[in-house]
Amino acid sequence: MKSSRRKFLKIAGVSALGLGAGPVLDVLASSGEHEATSTPEIKKGKDALTAKRWAMVVDTRKIESEEDLKPMIEACHKIHNVPDLANKNHEIKWIWLEEFKHEFPTQEHEFVDERVKHLPFLTLCNHCQNPACVRVCPTKATFKREDGIVLMDFHRCIGCRFCMAACPYGSRSFNFRDPRPFIKETNPEFPTRSKGVVEKCNFCAERLAVGKMPACVEASNGVLTFGDLDDPESEVRKLLKANYAIRRKPALGAGPSVFYII
Amino acid sequence: MNRYREWRMRMTNNKKIYDKGMVIIGLCIFVGVITFPFWFNLGNAAPAPEPKIADKAKAAKECVMPTAYMKMEHMQLLNEWRDTVVRDAKRIYVNSSGNEFNMSLTNTCLDCHTEKAEFCDKCHNYASVTPYCWECHIDPKETK
Amino acid sequence: MLEKALTGSKRYYGWMAALLVVIGVGFVCYLWQFRFGLGITGMSRDVSWGFYIAQFTFLVGVAASAVMVVLPYYLHDYKAFGKITVLGEFLAVASVTMCILFIFVDLGQPIRVMNVLLHPTPNSILFWDMIVLNGYLLLNIIIAYKVLEAERNNVAPAKWLKPLIYLSIPWAVSIHTVTAYLYCGLPGRGFWLTAILAPRFLSSAFAAGPALLILLCMIVRKFTKFDPGREQIQSLAKVVAYAITVNVFFFLCEVFVVFYSQIPDHMVHLQYLFAGVHGKGVLVPWMWASMILMVVSIILLVNPVTRKNETVLIVACITVFVGTWIDKGLGMISGGFIPNPLHHVNEYVPTVPEVLISIAVWAIGFLVLTVLYKVGITIKEEIAGLV
Repeated sequence: MKSSRRKFLKIAGVSALGLGAGPVLDVLASSGEHEATSTPEIKKGKDALTAKRWAMVVDTRKIESEEDLKPMIEACHKIHNVPDLANKNHEIKWIWLEEFKHEFPTQEHEFVDERVKHLPFLTLCNHCQNPACVRVCPTKATFKREDGIVLMDFHRCIGCRFCMAACPYGSRSFNFRDPRPFIKETNPEFPTRSKGVVEKCNFCAERLAVGKMPACVEASNGVLTFGDLDDPESEVRKLLKANYAIRRKPALGAGPSVFYII
Repeated sequence: MNRYREWRMRMTNNKKIYDKGMVIIGLCIFVGVITFPFWFNLGNAAPAPEPKIADKAKAAKECVMPTAYMKMEHMQLLNEWRDTVVRDAKRIYVNSSGNEFNMSLTNTCLDCHTEKAEFCDKCHNYASVTPYCWECHIDPKETK
Repeated sequence: MLEKALTGSKRYYGWMAALLVVIGVGFVCYLWQFRFGLGITGMSRDVSWGFYIAQFTFLVGVAASAVMVVLPYYLHDYKAFGKITVLGEFLAVASVTMCILFIFVDLGQPIRVMNVLLHPTPNSILFWDMIVLNGYLLLNIIIAYKVLEAERNNVAPAKWLKPLIYLSIPWAVSIHTVTAYLYCGLPGRGFWLTAILAPRFLSSAFAAGPALLILLCMIVRKFTKFDPGREQIQSLAKVVAYAITVNVFFFLCEVFVVFYSQIPDHMVHLQYLFAGVHGKGVLVPWMWASMILMVVSIILLVNPVTRKNETVLIVACITVFVGTWIDKGLGMISGGFIPNPLHHVNEYVPTVPEVLISIAVWAIGFLVLTVLYKVGITIKEEIAGLV
């Protein structure tokens, strides 16, 4: 025998392949057997709200102070099991407040009127038309649905945080540790998240699916309006037709779907 | 011909096994260790698990799919549910008998199978399976 | 051939043992991170990429620099580099290994990493990064192994290697371009949103990589019987000289664009790095040190008198390596994230476990490098009849 070690390895490799082929073929053959007798159907609930382009209008003229906006934040964070972490570095927030100069840095100048200067602005994911976060996600764990909502698939997220780097609005939070110990009151109807995944506002997709408005809109007492931009008769379209509204960083081309009437 | 090639020819033509004794001892130890799981517990297999069906589940009589299917493929069904709910915005599952279910682990499955520890965990612990579903999806019993 | 890495001098065993200890400590820290989450690092909601990704970015550059040895030899018949192509390629292998490990330790859910292949997303640059990095690793392993084997057997390398070697040249450029594209296409990060980022990455890579290679050649010459050659080292030094000059020039271009246009959004990141913003400027001394080091290294390397003096050359290579490391491995990431898109300043400092894990990954890289170099050098020694 000329090169006995090499020949041994070749024989071993071929045998391993041969022994492995049998079970693999078995599994492949049997996986076709489990077609149900009559195929189950999957469909939307009858109450589900649908749209081509969900959007939100924030009427800041109706806001006096932080107290008006706190219920909206509470509502969202409560039903979505958003944890309350003491360490600000690890904080998770789906919706929060910012000052005018932080919310609209491109509109900021020395002589902004006093009311707007000190007004708290509701900050959340803009569910952009052309989202940078969706563009960069390597697993499509962040994706844009047909109705315009930018959603997270927490099962698929590998926690690479590329979406956080890409978001021009700072809307995303990462679970630096297990969030469960920090959830004040668990809502059993909605899952929590685990450590190692990114999360953000989901426009209450789970509430829209059963015919309800997003939690923040419901708790907003008229400040927030939610609707389909594609429907000329919707509330949001009417508001935008009658009032001048701005969006955050429009020049970047992301196409945010959250409008602010100043 | 360089020195390496001379050395190699000498080695391959020489049929000696060096350190034969040590090699055989090593091989025996290796075989013993690698077959450890097979012979160590011989005759001491743990009894098969018996998951307890909760009262509400018994009353419902029929699960989402037939029991045999659920036993084999409940994970595949859950994966299908998960992708459809999250990615396709569809939440209603109509099984082959025409019954409609909301596709939710916590709100549908655990609504009937109320005792996760007696039902799900019994088989999972036996098979040493730790599905990470519970890192996020809530067992209603935990929050009470 | 790998068995040559199993025997060596006492010093060799000591070095490997020390590396293994460092790796062990870092591994334990990683187990802690795996259980607890990335919260044990200094990363935050605002600075969501930190030391790990910074090291990855820097090391992709070092890996790409193998092309600086391969290109002259295979494309332009610069025979002198024939002696050290294998050393350059082995350095690339060790560097890419570290890159892949740094990405892995940075993931929040590392066990799901195969999702990138199960759900391929061509519009995501991270997807392409995975492809090109692994491809480059495979290319260099095959090329270096086969060339070394042919050298040992005193035959010409197999014909099918040539197209692979030619492929590795643009591929090397591509790995660092793709890494730059991770950053320079993000609309919200003004510090990175510049066309010159990819050229700057490449120039700093072609300075840092060959500088490290020169230092490794000096070490090989000192501790083994193989001498990479004075001419080879001088040629590499010229490459480093040009590359570091171009890198500083590109940086000054960025400074001009940002400060002459006086756009606050663009200025604020460089202001944070070099002067501090809102009283926060933990990186300021580091960035100035990096600039001084790089300028000093230009002076030492461009001047032929100092470049030809091998002791001064060692100092110059160290200053190049450290200067570019601070620039890419510390400044670039923080500078991009701070201030955040809402103009808040939350600084980032790596924590001790984070640094220990990073050092362990570097140690793994050096372990791989030592093993490969031991094999390569031993074979070269045998061929030359030096053993």
